[in-house]
Amino acid sequence: MAIEVRNVSKSFKGFQALDDVSLSVPEGSLTALLGPSGGGKSTLLRVIAGLEAADGGEVLFAGETVTGLPAQDRGVGFVFQHYAAFKHMTVRDNVAFALKIRKRPRAQTRARVDELLELVHLTGFAHRYPAQLSGGQRQRMALARALAAQPRVLLLDEPFGALDATVRKELRDWLRRLHDEVPVTTIFVTHDQEEALEVAQQVAVINHGRIEQTGTPDDLYERPANPFVMGFVGPVGRLGDVWVRPHDIELLDDHAEGAIEALIERVARVGFEVRVEAVLGDGTAVPVLTTRDQAEELELRAGQLVWLRVHREREFAA
Amino acid sequence: MPASSRASRLTLRAVALGYLAALLAIPVAMVFYRTFEHGVGSAIAAVTTPAAQHAFWMTLTMVAIAVPLNTIFGIATALALVRGRWRGRTVVAALVDLPFAVSPIVVGLALVLVYGNTGWIGGWLADNGVRVIFSTPGMVLATIFVSLPFVVHEVVPVLREIGVEQEDAARTLGASRAQAFWRVTLPAIRWGVAYGVILTTARALGEFGAIAVVSGRIEGRTETMTLFVEQRFQSFDLSGAYAASVVLALLALAVIGSMTLLDRRKED
Repeated sequence: MAIEVRNVSKSFKGFQALDDVSLSVPEGSLTALLGPSGGGKSTLLRVIAGLEAADGGEVLFAGETVTGLPAQDRGVGFVFQHYAAFKHMTVRDNVAFALKIRKRPRAQTRARVDELLELVHLTGFAHRYPAQLSGGQRQRMALARALAAQPRVLLLDEPFGALDATVRKELRDWLRRLHDEVPVTTIFVTHDQEEALEVAQQVAVINHGRIEQTGTPDDLYERPANPFVMGFVGPVGRLGDVWVRPHDIELLDDHAEGAIEALIERVARVGFEVRVEAVLGDGTAVPVLTTRDQAEELELRAGQLVWLRVHREREFAA
Repeated sequence: MPASSRASRLTLRAVALGYLAALLAIPVAMVFYRTFEHGVGSAIAAVTTPAAQHAFWMTLTMVAIAVPLNTIFGIATALALVRGRWRGRTVVAALVDLPFAVSPIVVGLALVLVYGNTGWIGGWLADNGVRVIFSTPGMVLATIFVSLPFVVHEVVPVLREIGVEQEDAARTLGASRAQAFWRVTLPAIRWGVAYGVILTTARALGEFGAIAVVSGRIEGRTETMTLFVEQRFQSFDLSGAYAASVVLALLALAVIGSMTLLDRRKED
C-alpha cells in the first residue's frame, strides 16, 4: 500500500522535530529514512504509525487520509529499536498478540504463529520468555509479532541499532530477503548510511526536521542534492570549491596536467583498501582511497609528496 | 583476611543484630510469652469474647474496603503522574505523600472537622441520615487516608522503568487503550502493585491514631483490633491485651510472609 506524507509538521516544547515534511512511498517498496540522531526521522515514522499526532499536515494510506485514525486502527506493523517485547509473555504469546486482540479462532492463530516462528527461525523458542533470548532473537520475535496480523505497512525504528555489528549485518540481509518474500510496503529508520544504501530501494535523507533529498541509493551517492547529503551518504573531501569522494582521486608520484601537489600525512591499510590522508599547500586535509597494489607501487608513506588527480567532482550552488 | 577487618565485621554484625533484638525481637517474643504463660486456653478465651470478635471483624472490614479502593486509586494516580503531561503533577505527587508526613491523630481531627455533625460535609450528611464520625464510614475514611500512598509509591518507579514502548507496541498491534492496559501495562507492573497492596494491608491493619479519634471507641461497635488492645490494656486486662496483640501480630506476620513469598517468586 502506498504511503503519502503531506506537509507534516511537529514540534515538542518549541523544538521543531518535523518541518513541513512531504514524502511519497510507493506500494511494496523498501524505503529508508536516513539521518543523524535528533533529525526527526523517528518522529516521522511515529507520525505515520499514529503513535504521535502531527501538528499539521496529512498522512495518507493508499490515497485515503489516516490522519485522525488511532494507531490501533491503522493496520501497521511497528518494530521498535529496543524490541518492546512483552516481557511477561512467551515468544508464542508475543507473536500471537495481534491475533488474540482480533479474536481469531485458536487453531488459526496457532497455525499462523507457527508459520511466523519458522519465517524468523525461532521455531524451537516458542515457550521461552524474551529475557531468555539474545538481542537478535528478540528483534526477530518483534518482527514476527509485527507481521502476525498481515499489516498493510511495516515500520521499523532503528531496528538493528541496539545489536552488535555481526548480528546487525545478518539481520539486515535477512530483512531484505524477507521483503522479497513478503513484499509489504516497508519504511525503516536508520542513522547508518551503509545500511540504508544497501537495503533500501528508496532513501530519504532527513536532517533538522526537513527532507534534504529523496532518491534511489545511486541517486544519493552519485547525484547528491547538497553538501550535507554528499557528506552523509559517504566520505567526502573538499578541494577549493569542489567536493570529491576519496575514491575519485588518483595519486601520482609525478606532476601531471591538472594535478595538485599534496603531502601525505597518514597511511592506513584496512583490508584491501588503503586510506590516505593528504594535506594541500593551504593546509586542507583531503581523504584519498586507493588500493593496496597502488599504494605498494607508489611506496606510500607519511611525509611523502604526491600529486592528486581528481576524476569526478561536484560543485554545489552556494 | 586480616584479623582487624574480621573483628570489625563481627562487631558491626553484633551491633545490628543487638539493635534488632532489643527493639523488635525481644518485645514481640515477650508478648507471645505473656499470652501463652497461663496456657493456650485462657488466650483463646480472651480473644473470643464478643467484643474481641467484633473488633477482629471490624479490622478485617477496614482492610477489605481500604485496600481495594487504594489499589485502584493508586494505580490510576501512578499512571496519571507518570504518563500524564498536565500541570500540577508535582503538587499532586506531594499531596499523595501527605499521609506519610501528617500524624494520624491530625488526620483523625481533620476528618472530624469535615465530617463531624458540625462539619461542612458532615452536617449535610447528618441531615440526610448518614453518620460518618463515631461510625464505620469515618473509620473507613481514616484507614483509606493513612494507607493511601503505598500503591502509588510502589507503582510509580515501575511504570517509569518499563516506559511506554510496550504500550505503544500493543497499540500498533491493534489493542485499544483499555486492552493495552489490561494485557500489557498491568502485567508489567504486577509486582509493584503486589508490594503496594501488601504494604497497604499492613498499614490498614495497624492503624490506631486516626481511627482512635474518629471512631469514638464504642466497645462492640466501633472498635478495631488495635483499639481493643489499648482498651484492654487501660482496663488492666493485660492477658486480654496480649492475646489480642498476638492476633494482630499473626495477621501482620502473614502479610510479611506473603511478601517474602512474592520476593522468591519474583526471582524465579
